[in-house]
Amino acid sequence: MSAVTTQAGPRPGASGPAAGRPDGGSALRHMMSGNGMVTVLAIVLSLVISAVLIILTDEEVLEALGYFFARPQDTLVAAWEAVAAAYAALFRGAVFNYRAEDFTGMIYPFMESLTLSTPLIIISLGIAISFRSGLFNIGGQGQMIIGAVFATFFGVHLQLPFGVHLLLVVIMGILGGALWGSIVGILKAATGAHEVILTIMLNYIAVYLVAYLLQTPVLQREGSTNPVSDFLEPTAVFPPLLGDSFRLNWGFVVAVLTTVFAWWLIQRSTIGFQLRAVGANPAAARTAGVSVKRMYVVAMVISGGLAGLAGVSQVSGTEKVLNTDVAGSFGFDAITVALLGRSNPVGVFFAGLLFGALRAGGVTMQTETGVPIDIVLIIQSLIVLFIAAPPLVRTIFRLPEPDPLQARTGADPVTQPALAGAAAATTTTAGGTASAAESAVIGDAVGVAAGDAASPASPAETASPAEAAAPAGAQRGTPDAGPPPGGRVTASPTQDTTGEDGEQR
Amino acid sequence: MGIASDLSRKALLPAAVLGISGLLLAGCGAAPEEETPGAGSETGTESTGTPAVGTENSDYTGCIVSDQGGFDDRSFNQSSYEGLKSAEEDFGITVREAESTSPTDFTPNVNSMLQAGCDTIIGVGFLLGDTIKPIAAANEDTHFVGVDVTDPEFPDNVQRIIYDTAQGAFLAGYLSAGVSETGKVATYGGAEIPTVTIFMDGFAAGVEYYNEQKDADVQVLGWNREAKNGSFTGDFENQAAGKTNTTNFINEGADIIMPVAGPVGLGTLDAVTEANAAGKDAKVVWVDSDGYLTTDQGEVILTSVMKLMGEAVHDVIEADLAGEFSSEPYVGTLENGGVALAPFHDLDAAVSDELKAELEEIKAGIVDGSITVGSDYSPES
Repeated sequence: MSAVTTQAGPRPGASGPAAGRPDGGSALRHMMSGNGMVTVLAIVLSLVISAVLIILTDEEVLEALGYFFARPQDTLVAAWEAVAAAYAALFRGAVFNYRAEDFTGMIYPFMESLTLSTPLIIISLGIAISFRSGLFNIGGQGQMIIGAVFATFFGVHLQLPFGVHLLLVVIMGILGGALWGSIVGILKAATGAHEVILTIMLNYIAVYLVAYLLQTPVLQREGSTNPVSDFLEPTAVFPPLLGDSFRLNWGFVVAVLTTVFAWWLIQRSTIGFQLRAVGANPAAARTAGVSVKRMYVVAMVISGGLAGLAGVSQVSGTEKVLNTDVAGSFGFDAITVALLGRSNPVGVFFAGLLFGALRAGGVTMQTETGVPIDIVLIIQSLIVLFIAAPPLVRTIFRLPEPDPLQARTGADPVTQPALAGAAAATTTTAGGTASAAESAVIGDAVGVAAGDAASPASPAETASPAEAAAPAGAQRGTPDAGPPPGGRVTASPTQDTTGEDGEQR
Repeated sequence: MGIASDLSRKALLPAAVLGISGLLLAGCGAAPEEETPGAGSETGTESTGTPAVGTENSDYTGCIVSDQGGFDDRSFNQSSYEGLKSAEEDFGITVREAESTSPTDFTPNVNSMLQAGCDTIIGVGFLLGDTIKPIAAANEDTHFVGVDVTDPEFPDNVQRIIYDTAQGAFLAGYLSAGVSETGKVATYGGAEIPTVTIFMDGFAAGVEYYNEQKDADVQVLGWNREAKNGSFTGDFENQAAGKTNTTNFINEGADIIMPVAGPVGLGTLDAVTEANAAGKDAKVVWVDSDGYLTTDQGEVILTSVMKLMGEAVHDVIEADLAGEFSSEPYVGTLENGGVALAPFHDLDAAVSDELKAELEEIKAGIVDGSITVGSDYSPES
């Protein structure tokens, strides 16, 4: 996990020199104060708090509590048993069922976790890409629904050979989601409308649109009066990945491939570079020659397309049928997962796995111990709550304060590429500029929330040649207040020119 | 700042002392005697007597999976759940439950029940039908029950529990037409699904029948039998929408409203209570359970179209315990008491004796087949 979140910085390379800094303390100290540690401890903390809730709602504990002073050990034993049973069931349902009779039964829970995480990973990658572009896309639900609608339509009404049919369904699903996302991107680019409002409203439209379509012959199952579609043709369905005894299908492989694609897109591609530039500072990106409006559309198309693909993975993979609740809570869980994964594709992948496992384990916990599945939602929410407040976790566990580099990347897990480069420069220059850097972080965070507000303060005064040398340094570039000093002036156009060239090829 | 926090500390102190002493007192009860082995607790209620299948069936596990409404939906999930709970009380069976938060949970929940070794798995809601069908086919030794699963063609180890609620709603429609003073009655649904629209269609059919019999012209707002469409709030949660809908109906002149929307109907009760305080004389027809008993505003409820699911679930479990599981669907009707019209309670005086007698006649007519409700939504049994 720590390896994952170390990469949360934009350039994996950036953490290397930072870790090796002579004044940064030992490697252990670095690890302890890092994001990875905070993530792990956030998970531990939320499990502890949820344990308290399990205890307080357990009937046997409450009964024993009634005579606590006569025989306190009863209460303690009951409390321990309640928590141990619940979390053991959670583990059995999510990872490995040591009580099963055969091997299939033993690994079934893990396969189930992978199955449940598949759509979550895909849609969260889409959300993460929008976050990195500075867009707060909360329309994953709507985009997923439209993707599922497109996929279902072509999956139910067409007769095609296997392979061709599945491919068509996948492409149509992506197109559907991308279409729904592009509406947001285009409206934002053309009119400046805020994407949060747009995506919320489009969610409503999608929800009622699918409810309507499921009442018409377009999608409704023949002979049924219920709002549910026909089963997708067998040729349009992802085959099982590891045999019929598991629900796991090739959709999971798609999720893995999507993760690789998202990583490549964000970290290695020209478009990804431009998206991150816009996300870090739209004004600077514009100055550097990036078409910010076009990038809004591109970001929403990619984000929506992935959400649509998540819809496909549901109707064409796990569920094989479309109903009004096809998107479930995926659209909003995805925001949480993207936050937990710090908008880094690899981080999102593992965060998605964690949530899928909690989901799968929650079912077993509920049926075997009677602990409501809502506890799982509480665990998930608490994890994110603690992730969002790293100082809280550090205080509770008395972790060392992070160095400014980590403070920056930790304070703003949503977007902000290229911060590491700048911050590394900051810390190498002088310790006294830390407060300036921090205020810049706050400014950036506000910028993220507001969509495209320019960063009010830039650590420009701390800029050093080292920063200019960093490939991502261009985006750090500078706010509208005057020409940027130092080598960055030359760095930006150069970077960007190559970018534009690369795109036109 | 310092003074303020001192003050608040002083103010908090007595409260804290009170709270802690309360906890101490609460913890001062006497410990129970160690349970002696063999002294099993008594199960079963005295009033019901000993059922034929006995009260000690702890080796039989009855399991229930809700749909996304959850077991506290004041509607079919809750009634089915209570039915299983009453079976637990009467027959001493073991009960397992799993709530679903979205359709994604259905298959994992049912599979998890299988793993837990359930004898019968009850799935509540039509969406569970698709989930149960393949799982039941692959697990022939386990019995499945689908509540409100209207789609046909299930394996032999599945029993569906469905209701011809149009029959009860027909009576309610006739009654409402007879009681209405404005000549307008109204209905609306939560979502446009068959288990909702069947109520609305039956209600409208009852009003039509009244018009034919009495040569009257009572209008139904909110449902059109010809076009098969009507007024829906869109979900089963938004009570404000129910209130707005109802207020609109009252303003259009309706004085009896039947909400078919679970908790959304509570909005209707609020709207009607407010309208009556402002001088109107509106009434409500509740559905699913006897609203006079299950809501706080029974004084405006004329009657309820009851869908007695708890009893059905209870009976299905009893039959299964006796080894008489049947794959024939259980269809609740006026005849077998699965569907019924609740008493008029506070508003008994509003219903004339003549009308009451006519309702009895119509009920008998529906039971013996001389009167057909004629709803396209009625299950084909």
